[in-house]
Amino acid sequence: MNNSADYIKMGLTHSEWQLITKKLGRIPNRTETGIISVMWSEHCSYKNSRIHLKRFPVKGDCILQGPGENAGIVDFGDDIAITFKIESHNHPSAVEPYEGAATGVGGILRDIFTMGARPIAVMDSLRFGNMDNPKNRHIFEGVISGISGYGNCVGIPTVGGETYFDECYNENPLVNVLACGVMKKNDIRKGIAQGKDNPVYIVGSSTGRDGIHGATFASDELSDNSIDDRSSVQAGDPFGEKMVMEACLELYKYDYIIGIQDMGAAGITCSTFEMSHRGNAGMEIELSLVPQRELNMDSYDIMLSESQERMLVVVKPEYEKEFIEIFQKWDVHVEKIGKVIDEKIVKVFHNGKLEACLPVDFVVDGFPVYNREYKIPEYIKNINSKNNFINILEGDFSESFKKMLGSPNIISKKNIWTQYDYEVGLRTIVKPGKADASVLKLKESSKLVALSTDCNSRYCYINPFIGAERAVLESARNIICTGGKPLAITDGLNFGNPMDAEVFWQFKYCIDGIINACENLNTPVTGGNVSFYNQNKNKAIYPTPIIGMLGIVDKIENIKTLEFSKGKKIGMLGKSDNNIGGSEFLKVIYQKVLGPLTNIDWDYEKKLNNFILENLKMFSSLHDVSDGGLAIALFESAYYGKTGIKVNIETDNNIEKTMFSETSGRVIFCADNENFESLRKLSQTKNIPFTELGICEGDNFKINNFEFNMKEISKIFERGIL
Amino acid sequence: MKAGVIRFAGSNCDFDAYNVLKDVFKFKTDFLWHKENIKEKYDIIILPGGFSYGDYLRPGAIARFSKVMEDVQKHLLQGRLIIGICNGFQILCEAQMLPGVLMRNKNMKFICSKQNLKVENSELSKKIGKNIINMPIAHADGNYFADNNVLEKLSEQNRIILKYSDQNGNTDRIYNPNGSSNNIAGIMNESKNVFGTMPHPERACDDFNSINDGKLFLESIFELYGRF
Repeated sequence: MNNSADYIKMGLTHSEWQLITKKLGRIPNRTETGIISVMWSEHCSYKNSRIHLKRFPVKGDCILQGPGENAGIVDFGDDIAITFKIESHNHPSAVEPYEGAATGVGGILRDIFTMGARPIAVMDSLRFGNMDNPKNRHIFEGVISGISGYGNCVGIPTVGGETYFDECYNENPLVNVLACGVMKKNDIRKGIAQGKDNPVYIVGSSTGRDGIHGATFASDELSDNSIDDRSSVQAGDPFGEKMVMEACLELYKYDYIIGIQDMGAAGITCSTFEMSHRGNAGMEIELSLVPQRELNMDSYDIMLSESQERMLVVVKPEYEKEFIEIFQKWDVHVEKIGKVIDEKIVKVFHNGKLEACLPVDFVVDGFPVYNREYKIPEYIKNINSKNNFINILEGDFSESFKKMLGSPNIISKKNIWTQYDYEVGLRTIVKPGKADASVLKLKESSKLVALSTDCNSRYCYINPFIGAERAVLESARNIICTGGKPLAITDGLNFGNPMDAEVFWQFKYCIDGIINACENLNTPVTGGNVSFYNQNKNKAIYPTPIIGMLGIVDKIENIKTLEFSKGKKIGMLGKSDNNIGGSEFLKVIYQKVLGPLTNIDWDYEKKLNNFILENLKMFSSLHDVSDGGLAIALFESAYYGKTGIKVNIETDNNIEKTMFSETSGRVIFCADNENFESLRKLSQTKNIPFTELGICEGDNFKINNFEFNMKEISKIFERGIL
Repeated sequence: MKAGVIRFAGSNCDFDAYNVLKDVFKFKTDFLWHKENIKEKYDIIILPGGFSYGDYLRPGAIARFSKVMEDVQKHLLQGRLIIGICNGFQILCEAQMLPGVLMRNKNMKFICSKQNLKVENSELSKKIGKNIINMPIAHADGNYFADNNVLEKLSEQNRIILKYSDQNGNTDRIYNPNGSSNNIAGIMNESKNVFGTMPHPERACDDFNSINDGKLFLESIFELYGRF
């Protein structure tokens, strides 16, 4: 049974197999091979990315927990800690959109409450292919209803996120979910197993055959046969999750446990081995004690099942009774399945028969770490040619503007977020669409949590370094434009096949870009997720390093929205270089994806950030200029502020380039006369370009000689994704 | 004034209701556990929103068999106030403490949005001081249905409290988000002590966003129909 086909089917390479047999001194049986293969899958081991992930800046004054645990933790002052993390569920969502997305939400929520925190918000960063393709539409509909179905039921508000469409995501959507939780600093829990003979419990849903080898499936390319892997996709039970979550949160009020970990990828396997590893210990478990919902499951099935809504807990023996009572109160399965042992070995019994016996460190850490080769892709040179835009002449601004407003990437996403309960919990103080970032108030503190996700993958395709820098910068700018200070990031790194040297080049330079940006902004990386093998029919997706940024708003009065208000003056900080490289404009109007991108001037960007935060009081609204450029930013502020505007701007003879350039480092705002003049003066002393654009008035959207009826153009924007 | 908020298995607006009663209305407020009898007398009992039992089978269909519901019935008979919000409304209908049922939204999707509501009951609108209020909705099953006899009776007896409308109080079908009969968003029972509302008043007690109609709405119900 241990022929080569088996381990290769399970995702191990020949040389890894040789290493395993040599180290163990024997040929592992099927269950053991399954265990090792799933622990060594890219999804669990990060064997292809680890060398580069290690380069991330992870330290900072506010960091209580960096990468390595289930989620990062940030000190929020007042004895409060915030935990947050982003995770992908791309492959499952491609083959089974509803369940794939739903369990993506479930998985990341467990990562949060595993740490001891009550989840308070979810954000999704979604990427889909073209909506004219029925398969992409099926995926889109399924993903949105999956997130809605699961998140709403568990009762965690989905407060924001982004949705982009591009043909590079045809049939390979990205579903990255960020979750955030709040806890007292003393309540931090860890996934650790310690203390000889301490009992090991499984709590939560019963175990079925769903999701077997899901982590391995996630570590391979999608193909026409991927639909056959639907059994690798887990089925979610949000009600079960809610019960487990409430039981765990009640449990955390007491000091009954040593450690706790959720079962996500690789199920019982991953939780037993990782908890043992962190605790420098081992475990003995008996699988017949695991609650099961299917008949005749063997040890392989049970160990590799990724059934959702389960946790592994090491309990202090003197509190077993109290521990059990809590889970019984919430009608959640609670079964003792084994104990902690001193030896650093996990022994798996099934009906008394030893089915697997593997050394902890070797399984968790013994995989070869690969330093993958990278080489600059062929396309990079042409796409960044300086002469790319010579033939882009001035067109009809009116037509272009209307087309831009209707572009799927610009258009209102209201018909997506109205399917999410964004208010449950009463913390969502800034609602979707109102500001660049979402803001949540806390009952436990007067400070507020700001969250933002960002990544323009077209930029990353053109220039991975600058593209990744901008993803970090813009997520930080979103926080700043909402009145908050950026603290730390989590990253969802979505790429193609890492064996492809050109894909790996994109990966490497995106990492470099993130590092440079995080160092400049002093926002350490607290963890995240790598998802490789996002390609279909041999074509990789655009490199998509999604950045989730956590920020802090000191007090409620500091909150800024993007809404213009009638009678106020409109200004812009920063200056456009009229570069249309990588812009939505170029894509929508000319169907072109071309660079170059403008380099980021970090000294200036930091200066702008500080300037805004120092003078928050004077701004009535703030909005970052990004996708779609100044024209779209102005429209959004006018639209949400329910006002018309009258703007005059110098155009350099090409109004399209002026209005649609996506040059970084620009923020539009409105302010009353007095503050406007003060800001003008102050900006001069700081050497920050300041432009007076116009005034908020009337019902028309007027830029130079172009005048649109606000109602009319709003209709285009409000049409939403059909 | 003493208020109780029931925690069913899967309630998720339980804390929201609790916090509003306690912090906004300054009531002595307790959680009531679905598996237990209610040991004390409460002036107000809230059945909060959420997904009791994951909405499995039908929203509210399982929760209505909870042990706590026996005592809700007793409170009802004693004329104490019982208010079901969203899933709580669904449970009250399933328990036949209010007439009708709440079906899947016409568009088959969950809808979360701000909603203009016409306060249909004149007594209530007078107390509130305006005819049109705004409170959020967040539900997948808010499509109220009852047969014509029931609908006529509700209307005759002035028991429809809220209707979906536009900002001017027009209750045309186009302002109906979920397909409910006669745009009904909230009703009360004959003895005027059991209330069901799909919109969430507890989400409209928000000074920062100037959304305070929920507070007015609840306050008016407490004052008009509470017997304390």
